[in-house]
Amino acid sequence: MRRRKKNSIPSKYILTGIAAVCVGMMLLSYVSGFQGGVLNTVSGYLFVPIQKGINYVGWYLSDRTDNLQDLRDVMAERDALQEQVDQLTIENGQLMQDKYELEDLRELYELDRSYSDYSKVAAKVIGKDSGNWFHSFIIDKGTNDGIQVDMNVISGSGLVGIVTKTGADWAQVRAIIDDTSNVSAMILTTADNCMVSGDLQLMSEGVIAISQLKDSDDEVTSGAKVVTSQVSDKYHAGLLIGYVQEVHMDANNLTKSGTLTPAVDFEHLRSVLVITDEKRQIDTNAVSDDIEPEEDTNTDDPATDTTDTTEDNQ
Amino acid sequence: MIRKRTGMLITVIFCFILQNTILKYLSFGLISPNLLLVLTASIGFIGGRKEGMFIGFFCGLFTDVFYGQLFGYYTLLYTLIGYANGFFHAVFYDMDIKQPMILIAVSDLVYGLIQYFFQFLLRGKFDFQFYFINIILPEFLYTIVLILLFYRGIIKLYERLDKLDNTGSVDEIV
Repeated sequence: MRRRKKNSIPSKYILTGIAAVCVGMMLLSYVSGFQGGVLNTVSGYLFVPIQKGINYVGWYLSDRTDNLQDLRDVMAERDALQEQVDQLTIENGQLMQDKYELEDLRELYELDRSYSDYSKVAAKVIGKDSGNWFHSFIIDKGTNDGIQVDMNVISGSGLVGIVTKTGADWAQVRAIIDDTSNVSAMILTTADNCMVSGDLQLMSEGVIAISQLKDSDDEVTSGAKVVTSQVSDKYHAGLLIGYVQEVHMDANNLTKSGTLTPAVDFEHLRSVLVITDEKRQIDTNAVSDDIEPEEDTNTDDPATDTTDTTEDNQ
Repeated sequence: MIRKRTGMLITVIFCFILQNTILKYLSFGLISPNLLLVLTASIGFIGGRKEGMFIGFFCGLFTDVFYGQLFGYYTLLYTLIGYANGFFHAVFYDMDIKQPMILIAVSDLVYGLIQYFFQFLLRGKFDFQFYFINIILPEFLYTIVLILLFYRGIIKLYERLDKLDNTGSVDEIV
């Protein structure tokens, strides 16, 4: 009897109901940035332990097939060394950066803050986007480990992406090769700003797109290092993105665009580091509130006023 | 009813995990088949509109939670695919594999086209030929292989779930 009653609702009404809820959700998520709320937590508890398990088994099996003689301690040692190599690669990149900084007398901007100054959390990749259209993945650390949306994700060799969604013990990361990803970047040698955007079409050739590059002196050549720029509001400055493959002049004769080879091997990404320091934001309201009284106090001494402003701009 | 639904939910969870872990490592040239779509479409075909919608709803919901950008998009898409395949339940005959294969493969093609239209064309990516040849078509072919491997299993599984409630033959539930 009960079953009959349930079945008596025609399926088209159920469909209409679900469709209405979904469209409502889409609007809500577009307007307010809603991303699942409590559902994220609940499903996190449901999936993450199993996925961790499967991944553990998967990696174990693949490691066995990769190399028959790899004993566990060797693996552990290799992992430790890999970590060290990653650390050194990062430090090396930072030193290179510092060198150019000094040459360009840009130490005024205190850009020599190194990667190693950031506090990082290591996380394992435990799942990849189910479709073939986007490049996002989930990691096994979440808000419980202090991970928040908009935190930068790097791996040993460079920038991987940005955290776009979090659960209690998982987080979604959008890779920089994702078609919807845009990163404000600069060429390390010339400090020219540009945009780096993921592109599904170019990704089949293993590259992503650079655009809006102003390079009037024709100094940018293939192989030039591309790092995240200071003007980005989400990415920390100086993280290595990749190397220029080729650039060509746009039809407007002002800017250049081209392609870039990412520094990270996204196909075989196993573990990543999440920088838990978020890029500090200037709260525009707070700034305007702060400035008013400061201006009052500094009116007597114009010299101090100028120095203060320079410091603020950094 | 409740036992059957629980069984179906567990199936969805199992397939979702399979899709995002193991199948991703079995991908050829960045393309992996879509098991969730095979499941949704075939259950819709085997069990009818409501069953298809039920499976599709949860497949989409989990995708939205973990990999979605706009919450609700995948839920709607998968629910609709389950519903649409439910219309062909009337011609369901469990010995035949050509019919479901065509149906599921067409579903995958439609899924690909919808993805392209909403997520790429509307953002100004006009090179349809590229996306069709490099993403939609390989996924389509790979999914056909998946149907050949999984379809029998899905039928068996559905029959078993159906028996849990002692509701009789498959045909009663439409």
